[in-house]
Amino acid sequence: MLKMSVGPILYFWPKEQVQRFYTQVAESEADIVYLGETVCPKRREWRLDDYLAQAHQLREAGKDVVLSTMTLLESPADLRELRRYCDNGEFTVEANDVGAIGLLREAGLPFVAGAAINCYNPQTLRQLVQFGMQRWLMPVELSREWLSQILSHPDIEDIRHTFEVEVLGFGHLPLAWSARCFTARSENRPKDQCDLCCIKYPSGRPVYNQEGERLFVLNGIQTQSGDRYNLINEVSGMNRLVDALRVSPEPEGTLEWLARFRAASRGESVEGRSPGDVNGYWHKMAGIVQVEATGR
Amino acid sequence: MELLCPAGSLPALKMALKEGADAIYVGLRGDTNARHFAGLNLDTQGLRDAAREVHRQGRRLHVAINTFAHPTDWESWQLAVDEAVKAGADVLILADMAVLAYAAERYPEVERHLSVQASATNAAAIEFYRQVYGVTRVVLPRVLSMQQVSALAHTVSTELEVFAFGSLCIMAEGRCYLSSYMTGESPNNSGACSPAKFVRWEEKRGVLESRLNGYLIDRFAGGENAGYPTLCKGRFEVDGERYHALEEPTSLNTLSLLPELYGDGIKAVKIEGRQRSPAYVGQVTRVWRQAIDRLLNDPERYRVNRDWDSTLAGLSEGHQTTIGAYHRSWR
Repeated sequence: MLKMSVGPILYFWPKEQVQRFYTQVAESEADIVYLGETVCPKRREWRLDDYLAQAHQLREAGKDVVLSTMTLLESPADLRELRRYCDNGEFTVEANDVGAIGLLREAGLPFVAGAAINCYNPQTLRQLVQFGMQRWLMPVELSREWLSQILSHPDIEDIRHTFEVEVLGFGHLPLAWSARCFTARSENRPKDQCDLCCIKYPSGRPVYNQEGERLFVLNGIQTQSGDRYNLINEVSGMNRLVDALRVSPEPEGTLEWLARFRAASRGESVEGRSPGDVNGYWHKMAGIVQVEATGR
Repeated sequence: MELLCPAGSLPALKMALKEGADAIYVGLRGDTNARHFAGLNLDTQGLRDAAREVHRQGRRLHVAINTFAHPTDWESWQLAVDEAVKAGADVLILADMAVLAYAAERYPEVERHLSVQASATNAAAIEFYRQVYGVTRVVLPRVLSMQQVSALAHTVSTELEVFAFGSLCIMAEGRCYLSSYMTGESPNNSGACSPAKFVRWEEKRGVLESRLNGYLIDRFAGGENAGYPTLCKGRFEVDGERYHALEEPTSLNTLSLLPELYGDGIKAVKIEGRQRSPAYVGQVTRVWRQAIDRLLNDPERYRVNRDWDSTLAGLSEGHQTTIGAYHRSWR
């Protein structure tokens, strides 16, 4: 059966909102929950200790909890924080940078490889398994066909049972990371005087072209897809290929959608993709495209 | 400190050598390198000729095989490594763990540099690539500040190479899927950002529109300098305000940072632009050769010559340059 996972919160939400969200997650159908700040080290509403406390509660609620690490690590301080995540001593870590893979491999600890780890072929995937990878979240730009080609390769077939495959199936896609904070820039603030203004935008700031098409969403140093990615109509095509489906937290409706994905994975008929949601990547097209296929 | 210059063709390579490059980097035709443009890069014979010419002049040849291998076409990446080594490459510039492992095992004697496309921005990542694949040099992404570069230089045991001049990539390289989001093709999956085949120019009532895969990137009034529609450099709207939401069309120029980079022991400065003309490569190389020579001659008294800056600005996107992420004000 397809497991349901809740990705780390990519936006900067006030402490109480995060708390409320995880109270609901604890009661939801989620199997796996990823916790941690993966976008900007300046966001400190929740610190590692808060995440760890939350992790214990979620574990008591029966969830498989994973700590997600920072994606773009720039300073020695970022690296120290990464070490603290990796050395937590209890929970599996999602490595979002090769630096994390290096530390976890050295410590002999199992890990989840996040979508920003560049794994595009079976030879790389096999190495990741050798380094200790137990679950693989494939890069967001890959298609079902690309995934299937990797998994059916002889280099993978004999080790396929040793790791799980996870796909980001719902939410705004993280597409790029920069030294520059685009949210601060949108308010004409320099990054070092950002005043953590991204807390005002719980779903980021949309960017439109001059013809009114929503192309991107600014989320601090991260740029996301302008539209929400949604593979609800594609769930049946994930059978025997995908082990876990990730929903990425949005301010509204995340867990309702998670429940729909769960129902769809059981073969029940559910409300389909919303108008405006995109699914191009899964169909080997531009991510921004909407493909009207069902099944796969 | 080594001056590493780009060449997308043999004429560009000869020009870079003539103007004083210490080393040249090239790519093979096809999608094994991150400048996969029509008519660009070298075929097998071209690569051999390039190696012969570079070695005759006592310089070094780096070959970029820095995209990520496709699941059904692994042989192309293996073959690229084989051909580069056979042709006499001194250095392979690699990003994919699979290609790194292959090169390290098959040709341990050929130097391996970690491409910027591998996005190694921290000591833990660099140490990993050194330990596992024997990488001896790392090309740093254009996202680090001078202070961060400096901290790394004092921590890691590999050599470091930085981008000194050319197109400014504002996202961490190897971690940007904006191009595939709009076109299906990205540097990681196809070796090019905002590929030319998706670009359309349309003039409407005196206004020039640039589009990528049909999506409007920018509009230019008469007389405005119309840049290539790299998707992060268009004028977009955020909450009704129209501006370069991500970045202006501008180029990176670090002439003013050269003494600091040198002081921190940065091993090589890299000029971006394998897609550029021989004339461009020649002019840029000449300026940087002069700058490095002046620096090495008397580091204390190094000053940026005004002529250098104006030459480089004239060759830059939008005729403007920035030191980018190296300085916190850019961020």
